[in-house]
This record gives sequence, structure tokens and C-alpha cells, in this order.
Amino acid sequence: MLGGWYEPGSSPLHRTPAGWKLLALLGLAAVVFVLRSPGWLGGICAAVVLGYALARISPRSCLRVARTLGVLVAFMFALQWWLLGLDAAVLVCLRIVAALTAANLFTITTRVDDVVSAVERGLRPLRRFGVRPDRLGLLVGLTLQSVTVLSKIAAEVREAAKARGAQRSVIAFAVPFLIRTLRHADELGEALAARGEGDR
Amino acid sequence: MIEFEDVGHSYGERVVLSEVNLRLSERRVAFVGANGSGKSTLARMINGLVLPSTGRVLVDGLDPSRKGREVRRRVGFVFTNPDSQIVMPTAGEDVAFSLRRSGLSAGERAARAAEILTEHGLGGYADHPAHQLSGGQKQLLALCGMLVLDPDVLVCDEPTTLLDLRNKRQFCTLLAGLRQRVVLVTHDLDLLGDFDRVIVLDGGRVVADDEPEPALRHYRKLVG
Amino acid sequence: MSEPRSPLPAVDLARTVVFAAFIAVLGIFPGIYVGGSSVPIVIQNAGPLLAGSILGARRGAASVVLFLGLVAIGLPLLSGGRGGIASFSVPSSGFLIGWVLSALVAGLIVSRARRVGLPVLLLANAAGLVADYLIGIPFLGVYIGDLPAAALQSLIFVPGDAVKVVAASLIAAVVHRALPDLSARPATRTG
Repeated sequence: MLGGWYEPGSSPLHRTPAGWKLLALLGLAAVVFVLRSPGWLGGICAAVVLGYALARISPRSCLRVARTLGVLVAFMFALQWWLLGLDAAVLVCLRIVAALTAANLFTITTRVDDVVSAVERGLRPLRRFGVRPDRLGLLVGLTLQSVTVLSKIAAEVREAAKARGAQRSVIAFAVPFLIRTLRHADELGEALAARGEGDR
Repeated sequence: MIEFEDVGHSYGERVVLSEVNLRLSERRVAFVGANGSGKSTLARMINGLVLPSTGRVLVDGLDPSRKGREVRRRVGFVFTNPDSQIVMPTAGEDVAFSLRRSGLSAGERAARAAEILTEHGLGGYADHPAHQLSGGQKQLLALCGMLVLDPDVLVCDEPTTLLDLRNKRQFCTLLAGLRQRVVLVTHDLDLLGDFDRVIVLDGGRVVADDEPEPALRHYRKLVG
Repeated sequence: MSEPRSPLPAVDLARTVVFAAFIAVLGIFPGIYVGGSSVPIVIQNAGPLLAGSILGARRGAASVVLFLGLVAIGLPLLSGGRGGIASFSVPSSGFLIGWVLSALVAGLIVSRARRVGLPVLLLANAAGLVADYLIGIPFLGVYIGDLPAAALQSLIFVPGDAVKVVAASLIAAVVHRALPDLSARPATRTG
């Protein structure tokens, strides 16, 4: 269904536990924001690109990342050069390249299930404050299932709007879509309650 | 035994049920009535999805307003629209969802889910995306999600309204063979031939309570 | 909290989850034609405003948090199939994070109103948008190292966002009229 960008593999990067990768990524993001030296930032960018080679990411995924990056960097570079000068533009763009490619590397090499388990484990200390990390997997599953139901509803509503010749009206689409969304929410709530959700 | 004692209910100004007194001990009971007659509300009170404004409900001696959790463990509920009852992306995960508090390990839950799916003709669909099932299969999946908990009572609120004729018959045959006591809310009068008791509601009151034939005769007169 | 709690906690959970999915579907679905334009515009960023002005502050903000959480763990739910933690590391990420505050602010204003009509909703959604900028602009400022420039650059979003505020308000007004007991809605039933 919504497979995401994950690419199976057996590289050291794939095998590193999701939690460590996530921490490393957060650390890297913090460093990237603090650093002001183009040399260091360039070095980090190079290291991240090396990571793509190490994880043997397919050319297809690399291309996809490069495309997103290309558009964004071109736009930001032009804008910052015009407004703030060349040095600032280079700095901003190096930051974007480092942060975006590292984050995408994480997403490509880590299964969604593993991220969920890692976050569940990471949030465990918060249990004493009423956070219930074991519910995360449930929330993810529930939301994905709702996405498929609502996609179907959205398609039906759009057809109905078309049949009435109102395919260009935002209201003719959004209002019935929302009302059916809310009705679905109430029905889902009842079904969840019937299956013991909310009973302690 | 399901008991309604002087049960009444209203949503704001609108009264939907009044003075309902019933003791249901039969294996197959049906609630019949026009739209707005209060039959769905009455059915929902059996597992505490709706609590009565006045009077009280008892399920095997337990009051759903106080012992909601215990009652819901005994009473399964199948709704009209299968799309909103399926809560997880795959059929196996959805059935396993019912077992999340059973104390079983994830592996045992998945195995138990696969077992119940196979038992009801959905074997091999455990890893199948739930939304790609047909309407009839989805309703079957919703039923499996309840049966896996092995309840004593199964309440079904117009479970066949959105199904085609063939699936409707199939679903009813399955329902007829269940060990569970069944309370069925329905418009499909032909399904009720072998029921033990049919209760007709109109304007929030019980207007007939009898064996299928006389009760349905009364209902047809009421509508006709 | 001033919002009434529904008798079934599961209904609360369901509304939060379904609205997170609603925001996702706004992004998955191809855009919508507004006025006479022939290019569809994406209305996903009206989602948080609708979440706040329809579900209220607490549930609206929770559904946005859930949605962003799913994006962060790698699901491609942002418009154009974007997703992953990278969505939170680009210069415009602050505007994404600001969605939470948008829903919160819009929801708080709507819940304070005695009668929920178009004027209240316009005010709530406009305030929600400002709240989004309050997070988005400083974030951009840190990224490019220049706050005034960040504020200036954000001006290009204002016309498009203003259109979305108006659209979200019109939509929410009709939905509130269609479901008048929305804010205090017990599960209504006819059967």
C-alpha cells in the first residue's frame, strides 16, 4: 500500500538499529545548523553521499533524492544570493544538502515498522507521565486504514460532484467529503468501542 | 439473559425510546422496525455503546453503564458498514487487533487470527489488504474480528443492508450456525423464518413481540 | 478543557485518527480547481485549519501531531508523495511544524465563540495561519541566518495562504451548519 521510500538491503547502514540511526541523524542536524564553515559542511555532505554508496542505494532512489534536492537548492540559492549575497547562499545550500540527503538516507534504509518500534522504545521512560508508547503501532495502523477508506470516499464524492457538473467547486467537493469523513469517524469510534477500545 | 427495565432514551429533545420492558433469553432474537423506530439504539444498549437516559439494561446480570468492559467482553457487535469496522490495514492484523489485550504474544495472536479466518472461508487472506476484499468478505472479516473473542452474545445491526443477495444469504447461513446467542436488527424480513422471537418497534415503543409469523404480520400491517 | 468529552473515549480516538487521515488524503488527492484557474492547487495546508476549526483545539492539534508523526517515520503523505524525516530538515519545515499551532489556535478561537459563523471562522483560521508563520519564519531565519530576510521571503506565500484561509472558513461554516451540534456532538442516530 503506502510502501514509503524504504529499499531493502543488507549493508551496515541497513543493519544499524533504527534508534541509533535516528539519534545520529538528530545529532547531525544539530551540527549542521550550528556550523558556519563551508569547508566542514562540504565535508559532511561528502560523507553523507559516501553513505549512499556504502548502502548501495539504487540509482532510481538516488535520482529521486537528487531531483528534490536540485529544485530546492536552485531556488534557495538564487533567492539567497539575490537577498543575502553569495557566501550566505552557499552556506544555506550546503545545509540543505547535508540535512536533506542524510534524512532521506535514513528513510531509504529503515523500515517503517522498525522506526515505530524504535520510537516506542525511546518513549518508554515517558510512561510515568501518561504517555502510552505501545499505542503507537495501533495509531499508525488505524490511520493508514483510514487513509484508504477516505481515499475511496474522496473518489466517490468527486464523481458525484462531476455528475452534478460541479467538479470545479471546492465547496461541492470538500463539504460532502468532510461530512462523510466525520460520519466515518463516528462509526469507527463505535466499532472501536465495541472491540474494547477505551475500556481499561 | 438480556433485560431491559423501563428503558427510555432521548437525544436532546428527541425521544427515541420509551418504556421498553423486555427479557430476552432466546437464542435467535430480531428487532424489526422502520427507520427511526429506535431499534438500532436499543441494540446498542446491549453492549453499552449507548446508555439509557432512564431505566436500566442488564446483560447476564451486568449493567453496561457500570461494567462496560465485562459486558463488551461477552457481547460482540457487527455494524452495517464493513468499511468502518475494519480498523487495521490487513485482514490478519485486523482480527489480531481484537486480541491485543488477551495476553497472547504477537505470534500467537497472528496464528489465532489466521485460524479463525480459515474457519470462515477467508483462509489465505491474512496478509491481504483489507480494503481490497469484496463487500461480503469485509463483513465476514468484521464478524471474524468479533468471533475470535468468542463472545456469548452477538448483536448485528443491519449487517446485510450493504450486501448483495448472494452474500446476504451466505452471511445469514453463517449466522444461523453460530453457537452464540444472536440479536439481529434488520429490514430483511425473509431472513427471520427460523428465529425464535421477533420484536417490532415503532416510534420508540415495542408494538409487537411474538414468534416470527404473527409479529411480521403485525409489522406488515403497520407499514402497509 | 472546555470541549465536552464524548461518552466513548474510542470516539475521541477515532476522530483524531480519521482527521489525520483526512489531511493525508488532501495531499494524496490531486489538487482542486479554485475559481477560474486551470491549474489545480493543493489544499493540504488547509487541513490543519479545518482540523482545528471543526474538531476543536485538543483533538485538532492531536490529529496534526499524528499526521506529522507518520510523515516523520517515513510515510509519503505530504502532497506530491513527499515524506520521511527529511521533510523536517528543509528551510520551509517550520511552516510544517507550525501546523500544530495553527490547529490549536483556530480550535481555541472557535470554541470561545458563542455562535460559530463565517466571521468567527475567518478570524480563527487567519489567526491559525499567523500562528503557523510564527513558527515557520523563525525556523527559516535560523536556516538562512537572517530573520528579516526570512520574513521578507515568506511574503510570497501570503496570497496563496489567504485564499486557503477563506476556503477553509467557507467549508467549515457549511459543515458547522450541516452538523450544528458538531462541537458538542454525541453520536447522533436515527435508526
